[in-house]
Amino acid sequence: MLEISNLTHTYGSGPSAHNALGGIDLTVAEGELVCIVGPSGCGKSTLLRSIAGLLRPTGGQVVLNGSPVEQTPDNLAVVFQDYSRSLFPWMSVADNVSLPLRRKGMDKKQRKEAALEALEQVGLEGAGAKYPWQLSGGMQQRVSIARALAYRPALLLMDEPFGSVDAQTREELEDLTLRVRGHHNMTIVLITHDIDESVYVGDRVVVLSKAPAGIVGDLRVDLPGPRDQITTREHPDFVHLRAEVGRLVRGMRSQPASASQ
Amino acid sequence: MNRVLRAAGRLWAVPVVLVVWELVTRAAEDLSFPPPTTIAASMYEMWLTGPAERLWLTEAALENIPASVGRLLAGWLLAGVIGIALGIAMGRLPLLFRFLDPLVQFARAIPPPMLLPFFMALFAIGPRMQINVIVFGIIWPVLINAGEGARLVDRQHLDTARVFGLSRGQRLFQIILPSAMPKIFAGLRVSLSLALILMVISELVGSTDGIGFQLLDAQRSYDLPGVWGTIVVLGVLGYVLNSAFLAAERRVLSWHRAAKQTT
Amino acid sequence: MIGRRLLDSKPLCGALGAAGLFCVLEATGRTGLISPIVFPLASTVLGRAVELATDADFLLDVVSTLGAWALGLLLTVVIAVPAGFVLGTLPRAETALRPILEFLRPIPSLALIPLALALFSDKFDMKITLIVYAATWPVLMNTLYGLKDVDPLAKETLRSFGFGPLSVLWRVSLPSTAPFVATGVRLASAIALIVAISVELLAGGSDGIGVFLIEVGGSPDAMVYIIATAIWAGVIGLVSDSLFVLAERRIFRWHTARTEVV
Repeated sequence: MLEISNLTHTYGSGPSAHNALGGIDLTVAEGELVCIVGPSGCGKSTLLRSIAGLLRPTGGQVVLNGSPVEQTPDNLAVVFQDYSRSLFPWMSVADNVSLPLRRKGMDKKQRKEAALEALEQVGLEGAGAKYPWQLSGGMQQRVSIARALAYRPALLLMDEPFGSVDAQTREELEDLTLRVRGHHNMTIVLITHDIDESVYVGDRVVVLSKAPAGIVGDLRVDLPGPRDQITTREHPDFVHLRAEVGRLVRGMRSQPASASQ
Repeated sequence: MNRVLRAAGRLWAVPVVLVVWELVTRAAEDLSFPPPTTIAASMYEMWLTGPAERLWLTEAALENIPASVGRLLAGWLLAGVIGIALGIAMGRLPLLFRFLDPLVQFARAIPPPMLLPFFMALFAIGPRMQINVIVFGIIWPVLINAGEGARLVDRQHLDTARVFGLSRGQRLFQIILPSAMPKIFAGLRVSLSLALILMVISELVGSTDGIGFQLLDAQRSYDLPGVWGTIVVLGVLGYVLNSAFLAAERRVLSWHRAAKQTT
Repeated sequence: MIGRRLLDSKPLCGALGAAGLFCVLEATGRTGLISPIVFPLASTVLGRAVELATDADFLLDVVSTLGAWALGLLLTVVIAVPAGFVLGTLPRAETALRPILEFLRPIPSLALIPLALALFSDKFDMKITLIVYAATWPVLMNTLYGLKDVDPLAKETLRSFGFGPLSVLWRVSLPSTAPFVATGVRLASAIALIVAISVELLAGGSDGIGVFLIEVGGSPDAMVYIIATAIWAGVIGLVSDSLFVLAERRIFRWHTARTEVV
């Protein structure tokens, strides 16, 4: 459903040019949860912004559901890392969630119902009348997730979604993501720099190299479900995959036996 | 009771100053410095000796105060609307900003009283000239602040709006305008106090009614208590306008103050 | 490509904007859209502005206004900064005087002109007094604000080394308040210019930009003079403000948090 072919992007021109993406080819199937992991500053966000249509790449193409991405597609939602800058502080939580639904041609009542339903799914029933800044960081990120869910996107992009919350909240949000994914059968692309997280959450882990970013590994994660923070993380396959991804991220050659498939 | 005591603790200097002022001016017997009681009597005489069915307001009070306040508010609202619209346009369109910013900076630097002879020559004396002086004199703080507020909208707010497909109009009214609101209010507040100053000065030179006209009238007839009393009324007016504005700001920007405190 | 580059240049765009305004104004006059009798041609005004630059009478008036402005501003600093420090370091005095300051502050200073006319016989004294009164507020308020902003940790550090209150004031409070005072003085300089010209316009006198405006008011091309004078007043305002900003940036490079209270 998502096809990225030979995507390149260069910021600026001349001697000060910065080559962020060096030809990325990636295909994501419908219903898949793909984690993209790579060292900091490798161009992960540039890749995400190109998929979301927020940035026009200098070369290559992104095709979503058969049509090339030129502007922000209407069946795509993003959960950004920095919830405090992506939720609007002047709107209540319910208004934040229902604002994008205007585009879907829903009337006021429908929008409100959809917003309340999405808030319930993320465990925030009753918080609709509050303002984002009255909630904790983890709860604010739940609101962003609820906003994305209410929008019913075909593709959900998550940009370091749990990078700004504490470790325990992070685990809760990871499980929340796995749970809501089951409800909606969305395709999810999650960008992270946390190797454990990528293996724990993903069906597939794609590893990017340092800038200019290229794909250095594409590993299928076959862990027994449903995933659990304790048992999954001590499963031998998890430990093995984590080490493998770690090696790829650091730029070491992978072991031939477990090379990408 | 406690609140009354605390207020008394804060305000004790006011009666002390008033009493000292009264005693000193009575002792000095300088006609230019009438005692506060004389000023108060003159204020009462000027504004509050009308018939009961008009709430005891005199003709002078009913004629001058609404005329002044009306012009002040008309000029302020006009400057607010034009300043916000132009400022946001300049803040969101970099090319427009580059073309107009030097002109705006220059216009802002012209001392507003220079506008008086200009508009007097253009429109002669009257409300049209006064409102024009006010609008052109006070628009710049609103315009510049609105521009800055609109220019500095968080990029992630705009990205979010684009990702979720908000239309241009929605982005303007739901994202850009609220984001710029704290700055716009700061500009509007400066403009309000400037508007009072320009209202007074425009009435001092070219008017047949208004508080400023009454002030000039009192000065010309050597009614010094009247001059002092009118200045007191202007001070009260300034205080009331500023307090009302701050109360409105607290309501509209409640999210801003709270959000700033928690993050 | 070259076109885009040119549009990236800020000064060029600014010049184009100014030239564009000039052309529009000139065209409305030339085509008769607005009669040049009502609103003079832009070229006439610009020509007059250039002439004024060599007009001895006008220059004397400008020097007179600027002299009153500078003297008023100097006196303001001499009075308001120490007053701010006294009030700021004596919290009791501040709480006692606060309500009185809060009542005096909203009185529009230009409303005092009629009163001052009755109190002063000398126009120059009157002008200086009104400038000082009006310009004191931003300096005083910014000084008070700056003193509240002084890092208590810095003060305690010095105190723990055995420095007395006076040397704490001298070594910590004074330098960390200075940027706020400078901002106050910059705001006060604009106010001082406004008051100087207003007093000259309303009260008359022997010389000054405002007096010049009154004198040319009777001439048939008064409007040309008025606009040309306004242009020079704008230049003066712009130059003085830029100089203050430049000086602030130079002297207080270490001070990043730029705040101002009006």
